[in-house]
Amino acid sequence: MGLEQKTAQMGVVTTTLEQMVNWARTRSMWPMLFGLACCAIEMMAAQASSYDLSRFGMELMRASPRQSDLMIVAGRVSRKMAPVLRLLYDQMPEPKWVIAMGDCASCGGIFNNYAIVQGVDEVVPVDVYVAGCPPRPEGLIHGILTLHDKVQKEKLTKWA
Amino acid sequence: MVMLREVSVDELRHLVSERALAGETMLLNMGPQHPSTHGVLRLLLELDGEIVINCIPDIGFLHTGVEKNMEAKTYQKAEVMTDRLDYLNPIGNNLVYCLAVEKLVGLDVPPRAQAIRVILAELTRIGSHLLWLGTSSLDLAAMSTFLYTMREREMILDIFEMCSGQRMMTTYVRPGGLWRDVPVEFEDAVRRFLDLMPRRIDEYERLLTTNELFLDRTRGIGVITADECIQWGISGPVARAAGLKYDLRKVRPYSGYEQYEFDIPTQQDGDVYSRYLVRVEEMRQSLRIIRQALDKLPYGPVRSNNRKFVPPPRSELGVSMEAVIHHFKLWTEGFSAPKESVYAAIESPRGELGVFLEGDGGPKPYRVHYVTPSFANLQIMPILTRNHFIADVVGIIGSIDIVLGDCDR
Amino acid sequence: MTKANTEVLEEAVRVIKERFGAAEHRFRDEVTLIIPPENIIEAAQTLRDTFGFNVLIDETAVDYWPQTTPRFHVVYHLYSMPHNLILRLRVPLNGNAPHVDTMEKVFPNANWKEREIWDMFGIVFDGHSDLRRILMPADWQGHPLRKDYPLGYEEVQFSFNAEEIDRRKPYAKS
Repeated sequence: MGLEQKTAQMGVVTTTLEQMVNWARTRSMWPMLFGLACCAIEMMAAQASSYDLSRFGMELMRASPRQSDLMIVAGRVSRKMAPVLRLLYDQMPEPKWVIAMGDCASCGGIFNNYAIVQGVDEVVPVDVYVAGCPPRPEGLIHGILTLHDKVQKEKLTKWA
Repeated sequence: MVMLREVSVDELRHLVSERALAGETMLLNMGPQHPSTHGVLRLLLELDGEIVINCIPDIGFLHTGVEKNMEAKTYQKAEVMTDRLDYLNPIGNNLVYCLAVEKLVGLDVPPRAQAIRVILAELTRIGSHLLWLGTSSLDLAAMSTFLYTMREREMILDIFEMCSGQRMMTTYVRPGGLWRDVPVEFEDAVRRFLDLMPRRIDEYERLLTTNELFLDRTRGIGVITADECIQWGISGPVARAAGLKYDLRKVRPYSGYEQYEFDIPTQQDGDVYSRYLVRVEEMRQSLRIIRQALDKLPYGPVRSNNRKFVPPPRSELGVSMEAVIHHFKLWTEGFSAPKESVYAAIESPRGELGVFLEGDGGPKPYRVHYVTPSFANLQIMPILTRNHFIADVVGIIGSIDIVLGDCDR
Repeated sequence: MTKANTEVLEEAVRVIKERFGAAEHRFRDEVTLIIPPENIIEAAQTLRDTFGFNVLIDETAVDYWPQTTPRFHVVYHLYSMPHNLILRLRVPLNGNAPHVDTMEKVFPNANWKEREIWDMFGIVFDGHSDLRRILMPADWQGHPLRKDYPLGYEEVQFSFNAEEIDRRKPYAKS
């Protein structure tokens, strides 16, 4: 303890490579603009000034999948849209994470029929599910913070 | 799961010009995921350099199968699905479904419920126009408007949450009236909103209406005439900006709109700028309607007394046997509708939203069809974008204000 | 409120009944005319040109399976802007793969509406310029809104069948 305080006073911090890499990944995760339906409106409300997402490092939503880390699937995915979703997920460079926002993305929601994919985890692997129809912006922020906790505990070899 | 397949020019040879088949013009895919399409809309643009010759919209990426799903549920349970169609106007969707059901079974609505329905519908209209203003000016790179309009929208969503517990998908309007009465703080919250809003609208107008850059990007772009609007069945702000004075609140009033005094803003040019002016003025007129409705709000019940269709209040269940029987029948089987068909329509922020409802004598609707303004308004995209630059296409999509949940159902 | 011109409506109903053999049906304040499929285009043209019904608000279909005569009803809603009147036309169609003429030449906005009816019900519109699927993917089999098409209901997971549904569900590998 004494040694670390001494070095901190000199401006030197020691940590492991894993913790530092995970810290950097969580604090500047760029989400991809993937708003499909009603949950997209709540995602936009979370991005706007009342529930600010840029305090978590997500200043803008990148439309291009090649420049983003996080895909927030906000809204219902229809059978026509599912291959497009998979193509966009494949185009994202690693490391990449997926949040399934809302009931329709998590499990099909209230629409249990021929046209909606029952849960987006049939198409892409999901890290965090956020429940709600639509989830409040605070709910989405809780989901993002849960994802941050999950990423903090990741091993370097996962994306190596 | 359906796999992706490439669309070749041959499949669309009946829609594109001969120059595309020869390879002189390019077919560009403005795909379902794009920073500037409002929702998942796919546009196939035939380009000659930077000029758009033809534009073929491809919809269906948000098709939810609501119409078939509603046939499997009773009239009360099916209403939950209606919120999620045009998700910027959930009260409007509920309202038009309830108007159709009330017309089909012959249910009355008390005046207090009608007045509160009007207040909530106009608040939803303001909320939808605010979001339209924010996102369409975000497309034209006026980014600060987005943050300002979302701040006002939060106030409206707080009012909805106070009434029903949910910010957006409230299902507050039920057949026969409302779910329950508005709380005591409702009037204060709405009055505070009404006092604050006119200055905020002035702020948005100061930012955009006389701004050189905004005028350059929107004047003379995406023009449609009034005759074309009638031919193609266009309604709403797009038609009113072209000079057609058609608003369902004046022409076929519903829910007590004939008692309130308000104007219908129209413009003559039919371009993107006129649509902007029409919608901003509509927000001011909505404030006028809400103020009148709130001043004249009558006392009384908020739901019809007809126990065959409306469940009795809990207090009656301990006292009256008929109430228990009605409650039991409504919750296990639901109410039945006659074997007839009706059409009911309201003025949604996008245009004429209608429901064609057919009953079959049982508790489930036999056929529900939503006649949505976005489906009708999207058909004119080829006309609007002909001979414009690609950069204008983005502004045009924003100005016709489509919501893909409305379009694809 | 614009006054609805009911004399025009009564006159239009009388003319259509005489000339095209239509049946009339009234419910609350709405008028429905049931017209045989051969005459529908001419009837719509008469209504548009002579009586001022210049807007096609809606075109949709209803399926009455398992009865096959008629199996489908194609429903048109016409609106007259100068007189503020709504009229509903129904066309009964028999059999499982019916044909009817397209309304596109009379009202251009019938284009997408008829594509949607073809997609959802399988009714073929003769003379349509571009009859392909609009809401479902292009290579989908079947017509979803028909009554003999299943809802596609997925079994709900309760605690007693959660694991066995989990095993059958196609999850994505990363």
